[in-house]
Amino acid sequence: MSRSAAAPVIGGALARRNPVAKLAAALVFSVLLLATLDPVAPAVALAVELAVVPLFGLGYRALLRRMAPLLLSAAGVLVTLTLFAAERTGPVLLAAGPVLVTSGVLVTALGLALRLLAVALPGVLVFATTDPTDLADALVQNVKAPPRFAIGALAAFRLVPMLAAEWQLLAMARRARGIDAGRNPVRRFRLFAATAFGLLVLAIRRGTRLATAMDARGFDAGVPRTSARRQRFGAADAALVVGAAVAAGGSLAVSFAAGVFRPVIG
Amino acid sequence: MSRLELRGFGWRHAGRRAWAVRDVDLSVDAGERVLLLGPSGAGKSTLLAAIAGLLPADSGEQAGTVTVDGLDPRNARERVGIVFQDPQSQLVMARSGDDVAFGLENRGVPADQIWPRVDAALARVGFRYGRDRPTAALSGGEQQRLALAGALALRPGLLLLDEPTANLDPAGADLVRDAVAGALDGDRDTTLVIVEHRVAQALPLVDRVVVLSAGGGVRADGKPDEIFDRYGGQLAADGVWVPDQPLPQRGGPAAPAGEPLLIADRVGLVPRLAPLADEVPVRAGEALAVLGPNGAGKTTLALLLGGLVAATDGAVRATAALTGDGRVGPAPHRWRAPELVRRIGNVFQNPEHQFVATTVADELALGPRRCGLPESAVARVVDELLQRLRLDRLAAANPYTLSGGEARRLSVATALATAPRLLVLDEPTFGQDRRTWLELVALLGELRDAGHGIVTVTHDVDLVAALADRRLTL
Repeated sequence: MSRSAAAPVIGGALARRNPVAKLAAALVFSVLLLATLDPVAPAVALAVELAVVPLFGLGYRALLRRMAPLLLSAAGVLVTLTLFAAERTGPVLLAAGPVLVTSGVLVTALGLALRLLAVALPGVLVFATTDPTDLADALVQNVKAPPRFAIGALAAFRLVPMLAAEWQLLAMARRARGIDAGRNPVRRFRLFAATAFGLLVLAIRRGTRLATAMDARGFDAGVPRTSARRQRFGAADAALVVGAAVAAGGSLAVSFAAGVFRPVIG
Repeated sequence: MSRLELRGFGWRHAGRRAWAVRDVDLSVDAGERVLLLGPSGAGKSTLLAAIAGLLPADSGEQAGTVTVDGLDPRNARERVGIVFQDPQSQLVMARSGDDVAFGLENRGVPADQIWPRVDAALARVGFRYGRDRPTAALSGGEQQRLALAGALALRPGLLLLDEPTANLDPAGADLVRDAVAGALDGDRDTTLVIVEHRVAQALPLVDRVVVLSAGGGVRADGKPDEIFDRYGGQLAADGVWVPDQPLPQRGGPAAPAGEPLLIADRVGLVPRLAPLADEVPVRAGEALAVLGPNGAGKTTLALLLGGLVAATDGAVRATAALTGDGRVGPAPHRWRAPELVRRIGNVFQNPEHQFVATTVADELALGPRRCGLPESAVARVVDELLQRLRLDRLAAANPYTLSGGEARRLSVATALATAPRLLVLDEPTFGQDRRTWLELVALLGELRDAGHGIVTVTHDVDLVAALADRRLTL
């Protein structure tokens, strides 16, 4: 099984930073942005994010592909809120039959859609440019996460791509046994649930075998674990986290200066 | 270098009435190479798990003692290395080198010693790629080599191999055998205990054979030649693949094959199967063997013929002889499932993928019920198949608890339950003991002679010799 399109792209000054630093920077950035409801702060933040994309060694085209589901949901938010929001303030921009779009509604909807993108993009960037093994190593070495958790999750994560192939196989096997749902939606749902349960059973059996194999190689045996791959958290990594905080703070400051800052609380 | 000692050892898994293994007395001296044999269900895998210290004390009941260098195996884990059957579920990391390093990290080996030891272990098993090679991109045989390197890197005094080639095709099995032979060549420091159905594969690696009996205890113990001279016939009857025991051959000229049931017309599926050059008919009363190297698309062809996937090139056409209603109609993959099971029986490589019910009897009743047979007729079909495939004592058992041979027999029986005219089997003899193998060959031969069409994808040259009327090599 080859690695999927989600395989990390390595390269670019920021992509090479410590995985924990990248994760922390993304978290700080996103959480700070959540403080306001206006569209200006997320717009500024989004501009900053898009400007640093090349530093992560990621092309805009590749980013667009990874962002596709997010863009779709942002568009969904925009359309739904514009058409159906209860609060219709401000001057009317468009009145066509039952459709009534006011400037107030548009600003709110735009704000939410931009927020969604601005908050999610840092996470997409980090996971697109981080090798899962490196992340687990960094979690153990730099923030002292228990190896039982970090390495265990990593091992489980490796089994995930097999599930897709197994799902197909189970679905075919059911057909081969005479089970199909035709067009009946209830039977379709029941077939889906039964296949999902079958997959769960297989996954648990495989997971148990993997756990035994890990045990046999001394995992979690109580001996302090060493690390074959060093992960360092240096000044540049700290600078990345601070930079993210400053950039997010800057976006908030712009919205404050523009007089549109709308705090979530208060 | 480790010494293994078992005295009256037995183990019963919690919640089970029967002992998985019992009354085993065995001493293995440091540096000895032992092949452990026994009929399926004799408890070989449980025994290895106990020796590796992988049976938690609260997961069952123990009788007698087992020690490694005088220690309880649970406290001697660092002296024992083990390689299991399934390559997929024993590799931990995404990169090959990291996987070998995993055990060294767990044991607290200083970081500067890890990579030299990883490289040495990879070289020792003849691993042909760099440390960065993704483990997911390796073939099954190469994955098992890597698992072996992971065990050897820890320098175990006792190495246990639990059917390391059972899930592999012959080329993969050779890779593993060569790796074990190469790794242990000139090394008298590692004691070896190997469980392996394919005795001929394992014999060059060992100097002693121990045979467990199905009812418990050790039946025979000695040099390979002596054991096979004295017990060869009996072991073969128990299902052990003893070398030089004759197998049936497809004798005499076959009866002329019947009418075509299915025609694969230059069929292909991007990217898994390149379109076939010709029209391939599948006939009634004929066994067609599909051969070819790994990755040639054999399994995909089986799925296409079985009506389970749609072709991207060419077409699979069913004849009126197969549909039985005088009409040719749409391609098999467009049939409704109950229609499909009346016409084509599919047997997958891994029986467990096919099980959907909670008892063996329900599993057999499923197909006939889906076809709308009345309950009395369903019961008749189920009873007959339970008898015919020696599953009658297991009617109430959960399919997932069956042994490998039983699960295989059940998966074939479920395909027969709806009396389809065509059977499509993917590696039906994979990992089977000799007894199940002979039963399968006899059953498939009978079905063919009764006018069924048989398609079997296989690597098994003995199966081809015993059954095939025609070969298709991809």
